[in-house]
Amino acid sequence: MRSFLLSATCSLALLGVVQGPAAANDELMKMSADPKNWVMPAATFDNQRYSKLNQITTDNVGKLQVAWTFSTGVLRGHEGAPLVIDGTMYVNTPFPNTVYALDLNDNGSIKWAYQPKQDPNVIPVMCCDTVNRGLSYADGKIFLYQADTTLVALDAKSGQEAWKIKNGDPSIAETGTNAPHVFGDKVLVGISGGEFGVRGSMAAYNITDGKLAWRAYSMGPDSDILMDPEKTMHLGKPVGKDSGMNTFEGDQWKIGGGTTWGWYAYDPALNLVYYGTGNPSTWNPNQRPGDNRWSMTIMARDLGTGMAKWVYQMTPHDEWDYDGVNEMILADMNVGGQMRKALVHFDRNGLAYTMDRETGELLVAEKYDPTVNWTTGVDMDKNSPTYGRPAVVPEKSTEHNGEDVNVTDICPAALGTKDQQPAAYSPDTGLFYVPTNHVCMDYEPYKVSYTAGQAYVGAALSMYPPKGESHMGNFIAWDADKGKIAWSNKEQFSAWGGALATAGGVVFYGTLDGFLKAVDAKTGKELYKFKTPSGIIGNVMTYEHGGKQYVAVLSGVGGWAGIGLAAGLLNPENAAGWHAAVSQSKQPSVEDKVVSTAGLGAVGGYAGLTKYTSLGGSLTVFAIP
Amino acid sequence: MNKLWLLLSMSLICGAAIAEPPGDPKAVTNEDGKYLDANGDPTFNITDDGTVDWYTFSGYRRYHSDCHVCHGPAGQGSTYAPPLIDSLKSMNYVEYLEVVTNGRQKVGASGNSVMPAFGTNKNVMCYVDDIYVYLRARTAGVGGTGRPPKKEAKPAAFTEAETACMGG
Repeated sequence: MRSFLLSATCSLALLGVVQGPAAANDELMKMSADPKNWVMPAATFDNQRYSKLNQITTDNVGKLQVAWTFSTGVLRGHEGAPLVIDGTMYVNTPFPNTVYALDLNDNGSIKWAYQPKQDPNVIPVMCCDTVNRGLSYADGKIFLYQADTTLVALDAKSGQEAWKIKNGDPSIAETGTNAPHVFGDKVLVGISGGEFGVRGSMAAYNITDGKLAWRAYSMGPDSDILMDPEKTMHLGKPVGKDSGMNTFEGDQWKIGGGTTWGWYAYDPALNLVYYGTGNPSTWNPNQRPGDNRWSMTIMARDLGTGMAKWVYQMTPHDEWDYDGVNEMILADMNVGGQMRKALVHFDRNGLAYTMDRETGELLVAEKYDPTVNWTTGVDMDKNSPTYGRPAVVPEKSTEHNGEDVNVTDICPAALGTKDQQPAAYSPDTGLFYVPTNHVCMDYEPYKVSYTAGQAYVGAALSMYPPKGESHMGNFIAWDADKGKIAWSNKEQFSAWGGALATAGGVVFYGTLDGFLKAVDAKTGKELYKFKTPSGIIGNVMTYEHGGKQYVAVLSGVGGWAGIGLAAGLLNPENAAGWHAAVSQSKQPSVEDKVVSTAGLGAVGGYAGLTKYTSLGGSLTVFAIP
Repeated sequence: MNKLWLLLSMSLICGAAIAEPPGDPKAVTNEDGKYLDANGDPTFNITDDGTVDWYTFSGYRRYHSDCHVCHGPAGQGSTYAPPLIDSLKSMNYVEYLEVVTNGRQKVGASGNSVMPAFGTNKNVMCYVDDIYVYLRARTAGVGGTGRPPKKEAKPAAFTEAETACMGG
C-alpha cells in the first residue's frame, strides 16, 4: 500500500489548491483508504483489488462459514461485485439491472430497490449475455450504467433518481455492460457492441449534474479521439495526424469497434485515467486492412480534458478478437532493478505487459500461458522498425490464410488467456494473482456486410482445451518484473471470477463451476473452498462490519463462457452428428471433435458445465464464526 | 438488391396465404450445386460419407453469425427465443421468408419475444436460402449441432450471386 499512500498524499496536496473537483475526490480517497468499506469496483483507484483487512489469515481461513445469503431475483450472468459503504451494501443485477440497498445493521434487509424500465429490444444486441459489472459511489450518489446505456445517479439513502442521461444508442447496438467509474469530479462510462460495428468511446460526465465533460472515441479524426498529433506518444514517438483514420481503409473507422467495457484505473498524482479498447470490427480481418488504430490499445488520458498523453497498441490489425479491454493495474514496484510507477496488464492476446505509466515506455511483454502460439513474442528492440509489435506466426494468421479458410489450433481462443475477470495485486508478496482461460480455437473468417443495429461478426469459431490437455483454466501468480509465472493452479473450467488479495496472506477467487476458493498468496496452496449456488463469474470482495471481516461474492453463471447455460441452451453434440443419420458405423475423425460455434464459439468447450452448475443469481457472504 | 426487393414483395403477397406445412425435404433437382425439393423449395443434400452441399455449410456459418445469439446453437432455442428446429416443422419456406424479412413480436404476460426484421441485413438476406437449408437439415435430424466436417466445393453460381447481393 505504500504506492497508494504516496499517491494519495500527493493528490491531497494538489487538491488543497483546487477547490470544487477536490471535494468528491477527497471524499472517495478517504473512504477507499478505510478497508472496512468497498467503495468502488476495485476498492481503490489503482485497480489492485487488495484489502488491508487481516482478520482472515492463512491460519484460520479454513474455518470460514457462510454468514448470510441474498437472492438477486434475476438469473443469467452476474459479473462484478457489490459495494459496501458505512453499513449499507449496494448490489445490482444483470438486465433488468435492479439495484438493491441492503442494511447490514438489520440482517441485510432491503432499504430500497430501484428497477429501471428498459426496452427489451436491447437484449438481442448484447453479444455475450446480459451482464452488468457493478456500481460506483460518490457525493452521496450511487451510479448505475444500464444495458440501454442510461447512466443514472441515485440518492444513496433513498434510491431516488438525482439525474439520468443516455450515453449511447441501443438502436445501433450500443449497449452498457461496464461499471461506471468515479474519478475526481467525473463519472466515466464506456460502450459495448464490438460485435455490432459500434465505434467505441470513453465518456466523462460531471457527477453533480450529468453534464458531458468530454468524449474520446477509439478511432476517427484527432478531434474525435482527443489526441495531439505531436504530443500524444506511442512507444516514444508522436502518433502523427489522424492516426485513428489513416490506419483504416475508407470509412471503415466509422464502424471500427474499439469498445471500452473493462475496468478503468486512475492515478491521482499524474491525473491520468487508464483503460483498454476492444477488437476492431468485423472479426474478418481481410475486410479492414491497416493497423486499425486505436483498437486493442492501452490509453492514458488526462482526467480533466480527456486528451491522450500516451497510447500503446498491443495487437495491431487484430485477427483473433483479442480485445484489449482488460484492467490496468497500477503499482509502484521494482522493474529491472529500478523503482517504477508501473502499469501491469494481462491481455486477451496472452501477453502480460509491464509499462511505465507515466511515460508509456514498454518494459516487459511476456506470455502468461505457455500455450500461446499466435506470436513468437514482442519486438523489444527500440531501434527496430517493428519495435513494440508482436511477431505473428503465419500459420495462425487468419488474415494470411484468407477468407473461408478454417485456421485451426490457435491459442489462446477469442476469449483470451484472460477476459474481463480482473486480477489482483498484493504489495506484500509483490505478485499479481490472475484468473485465466486455458482454451484454444479454430477461426474461419468470411465476408460480412454492415447493417446498423445488427450483428457484424464475420467469423465462425470453435473452442476447446489445448491439445493433449483437459483443463480449461489456471489460477496463476505472476511476477511482473521478471515476466514469469510464480505458481499456477489448474482449474477444470476457465477461472472466470475476479481475484481478491488480502493483508491476511490469503487470495480469493471464484470458479465457473461455482466454488469460492481461498489460497495461500505465497504458494497457491488451497486452504478453503465452498460450493456456491451457481457458477461464479463475479469478483470476490471483502469488508468489515461490527468489528468482523466478511468476504462476499456473486454467483450466477453466464457471461461469454457461460452463455450456453445462461441462455438456456442445450448440450451440443459434436460434428459427428452430421453423418450419424446416414452412416451410423463411421468412426469419428479428428475433424469430428470440432464442436459448436454458438455463443461466439464458447458453448462447445463449456458444454460439460451443465453437469456441475445451473443458473442462479445470489450473493454469498462468508465470515469466521 | 433485386433479390431483396423480390423477397420483400413476395413476403407481402404471400404473408396472408393459407399455411401449408413444408413438404418432403428430399432433394430432387440440383441447379449448379443448389438442391431443390419436389415443390421447388431449397433443401439440403448430404452424401453417405457426410459431405454436405455448399449451401448447407454456408447456412451453418451465417446462422451462427446472426441467428444463434437468440435462437441458440444449431437452432436449439434459448430462454428468450424459440427453437427453430421445432418451428420449421410446421412453418413452410414462404412463411420463413416472411418472418425473417419482417420480424415478429409477441408481447404479453408470459414475457417479451422480439424478433427483429432482417429485410435490410445483407448478411441474412443474401444467405436466406442457405440458412433455411441448414435449418431444414437440422430439423430433419440429419445435421449435427457442430460444423459440417465435409462440404462440396463453392459453386460458381454461389460466388456470382454472393458478389451481386453483397455488393462486391
